[in-house]
Parts: sequence; structure tokens; C-alpha cells
Amino acid sequence: MAATATTYGARAHARAQEGARAEAMPVVPARDWPDPPCEAGHLVWAETVAGGNYTHRVLARGTELRLTDPHGDACAHLLLYADGRPWERLNVADTVKVQWNAYLGEGVLLLSDQGRVLASVVADTSGRHDALCGTSTLVRNTERYGDGSPQSPSPAGRELFKLAAAKNGLEPRDLPPSLSFFQGVRVREDGTLDFTGSAGPGGSVTLRAEQDVTVLIANVPHPADDRPHYVSSPLEVLAWRAAPTGPDDPLWDATPEGRRAFLNTAEFLAARGLA
Amino acid sequence: MSTRSVVAARAAWSAVVREGETLTITDLHGNQAVDFLVYDAHDTSVRYSAPDTVQARGGIFLTTGSVLMSSEHTPLMTVVRDDVGRHDTVGGACSKESNTLRYGHHTFAQHACVDNFLAEGARYGLGKRDLVSNINWYMNVPVEKDGTLGIVDGLSAPGLSLTLRARRDVLVLVSNCPQINNPCNGFEPTAVEMTITGPDRDAEHDTDGTHDSGSGSGSGSGSGSARDGDAG
Repeated sequence: MAATATTYGARAHARAQEGARAEAMPVVPARDWPDPPCEAGHLVWAETVAGGNYTHRVLARGTELRLTDPHGDACAHLLLYADGRPWERLNVADTVKVQWNAYLGEGVLLLSDQGRVLASVVADTSGRHDALCGTSTLVRNTERYGDGSPQSPSPAGRELFKLAAAKNGLEPRDLPPSLSFFQGVRVREDGTLDFTGSAGPGGSVTLRAEQDVTVLIANVPHPADDRPHYVSSPLEVLAWRAAPTGPDDPLWDATPEGRRAFLNTAEFLAARGLA
Repeated sequence: MSTRSVVAARAAWSAVVREGETLTITDLHGNQAVDFLVYDAHDTSVRYSAPDTVQARGGIFLTTGSVLMSSEHTPLMTVVRDDVGRHDTVGGACSKESNTLRYGHHTFAQHACVDNFLAEGARYGLGKRDLVSNINWYMNVPVEKDGTLGIVDGLSAPGLSLTLRARRDVLVLVSNCPQINNPCNGFEPTAVEMTITGPDRDAEHDTDGTHDSGSGSGSGSGSGSARDGDAG
């Protein structure tokens, strides 16, 4: 009789797994992450997200979130919601229109539809990002790779977002267009797109939460990635306690549009008794 | 047979356009931006997706041949004729809130497209979560090499039009843009005309097998005919 044929044996077998390590996993507690980019005790989230997988977390205002592409084939598709008030959410159109730029990079504010800042991009060593193409879908991945369902070898970003959203009480209707980091797109004069791909291994981007935010992340190939096979390498996610952008930060006054977005956010938080 | 409506400056408009029918949008006075959202009439959770449309086209400008894709990467409508040659997928709708960032807090009392979308969408049970990045017909939003992007003078002229063919039964929401602070409508909103025309029996049928009508819960409740927009 196998050891796991009894409840006691099965329990012992399951419990013996504690401490096992995988390439892609959350490290809990986060302070156990080796080589933290901050004081070890300040880490609140440390995870390696497998290619073709997703994660989600609620981050307090002032938390910094660093996404890193260690192997060069990650693509972090991202959505943000005001935590507890998901009707205020990332608005990609306002983000590019208000800031007069289609490209993401250091100093860009990720704006909600309410004229406020959800997060700001405070560091970027990749420069290969995209605010135009969104993520992949079941139909599209099935056409391209044969399947796009979450349990398949080629999960679609939207399918993973639906799951991450559901775990936060949200439905597909709550999924607006998303941003993606580490796989770039550039617009030609005639409006057509060039896919620039990755900057290579090691690129990172750091976001600073300017409100309490729900973060959804899907790590799947960029929809404009023209490689015939589904290529998606792990994504590193680290977050730590820090401070939100204040009036003494150069980013606060970097543009008149951004200053008004920070002011709107500060007024909103003050009225709620949160700042 | 066709149904014609004039949508006043700043007004909202909506209609269900049945599979095979066409919707013609005419810029009566020129340089007017027409903010446009489209949903599967039988399952409004399947809705226009700017990113999927951009992916499918390989570019950010819409013109003849462009397919308006849904969030599930299925076709909703196709641009079958276009007098202008370039329409916007990137800029989204103006709102009272974004206007405070773009121009200043003095603009908060002005009309804005999001309010039109919310009011018109509510007639079909749609709410704020159903509003996503929309198309701006006739709006010109170029992108420079360094990524600089902006709404500039339009390319349209009085009487120019475009025609869309419905690939399934769709609900169309329109805000005839009231923005008065940028060149999207020459700083002066004007009326546009909407014409829905019955299926053209001679039209080439879709053959890609992806145009079947949805069979969802049917939250759309449009009458199937256009209605005149309220004066703004």
C-alpha cells in the first residue's frame, strides 16, 4: 500500500512539501527575498510570475512596485483600479492624451478616468513599453498558437485578467484597455506600428502608487510579437513601503497637466480624510 | 429603406444597427469629432476594443477596410467607405475631469463626451464600467517620432462622410463632441447626420465565419431605429 493511501499518509506527504522552491513563486514573507532593493523589512510583495501566468495585489498609497524582466522575454500587462472603488480605474486614452505622449517611460503618470493619478512611473531602464495594443485574447491566441485558455500552454492576457479581476470581485466589464511593459511598439508617421520587442534581459520599471490601488498583472507575449511560438519568460515583482509623490518632488511640477492631476488627487484624499 | 437623424451639436445619439445594415455618419459642417462606442447588441460585455482594433489593423488610424474589433477580438463593424482617410483610435473621450487636467479647472462646468455616453448608455443598462477608449471619427491625432501626440486640426470638410457595415447586431453610442478647447471640431461643435440603411442585397457576404450574432442575455434594448438626438 502506498504511503498516501491513508489520510495520515496523504497529510504527511503534503506537509513534507513545505520549503520546496520553484522558479516562479511568491516568496512569503517578502522580506525573505534575497538582495532586496530596499531595507529588507520594507518589502511587502516579492514574487516571480511564470510566463503565461498572472498575479494581483492591493498596494497602499506610497508603495513602490518594481517590475523586472530578468530573461528578456517577459511582458507585464497591467491594470490599475482605485482599491475598493473599481469604477475609478486606469484610463489609457486619458493617460496618453492628457500628457501629450503615446509612449510610456520615467515621469509618466498613470491616470484614472477621474482626472487623478493612480500611479507614477518613477524609474525605467527598459524603454520598451506600449499603451496602444492592449493584451491578447482567447480568439487571437487560438488562431496564432492553437489555444488561449488559461490552462493551455499559450494563455491569453485577457483570460488571465478575467481571473485576476474575479478574485477582486470584478467582472470582464471592469477590464478596460491595459498597458504593457518590456515589449515595445512605435508609431510611424502613417500610423502603422513597428514592434520593437524587448530591450533584453534585466530591464526594470518602477511604479509608485499615488492612491491605494488594486494591481492586476498578466505576463504573456505582446500581441504584436510576431514570433510563431508563444515566448514568455518569468517576470519579477517586488514592492516596498515608500512615500507618495509630494509637492517637493520634481515630478509634481514636471508638467502643468501632471501638477493638476496631483492636485486633484491630493484634494480627493484630503476630502476622504486620507492625507 | 433608410432612417436619417440629425444629431445636434453637443448631443448624444444611439441606435441598434442590425447585422448587414450600414450606418453612414456625415460631417454636415466639417471638422466635427464624433465620439463613438459600439457593443454587441445581445451581449454588451462584448464591446469595442481600441487595442484589438489597432492590433488587427497594425496601425492607429482608421479608414476604409478597418474592422472595429471587440474586446474578445471578434468583428463588430467594418468601415466600407470613407471620404476622409484618417480617424482616431487613441484619444478617447473628453470628460469634465480630464478637462481639468488638459486645460484647467475653469473648464469643469463645460459639456463633455463622457456625460453624453453615461446618459445615453443608461437607457440600455450600461454604466461607467462599460465605457472604454472610443473611436473619434474625423478627429486627427498624429504621433511624432518622440511619441508626442496631440489633437490637431481636422482633415474633414462639410458633407464628407463614412459608412460602417454591421458585422452582427450592434448597439452604437455616439457623443457629438462638445469640446470647445481644442481643434477636434474647430473649437465650435456642429451637427452631424446619422443614416441607417437596410442590408444591401448585392453586398458581398462575410465569409470568415466570425460574424455570427451573439446569443447572450440581451441587455440591449434599442428599438432598432435611430432617434433624433436631444439638443445640447
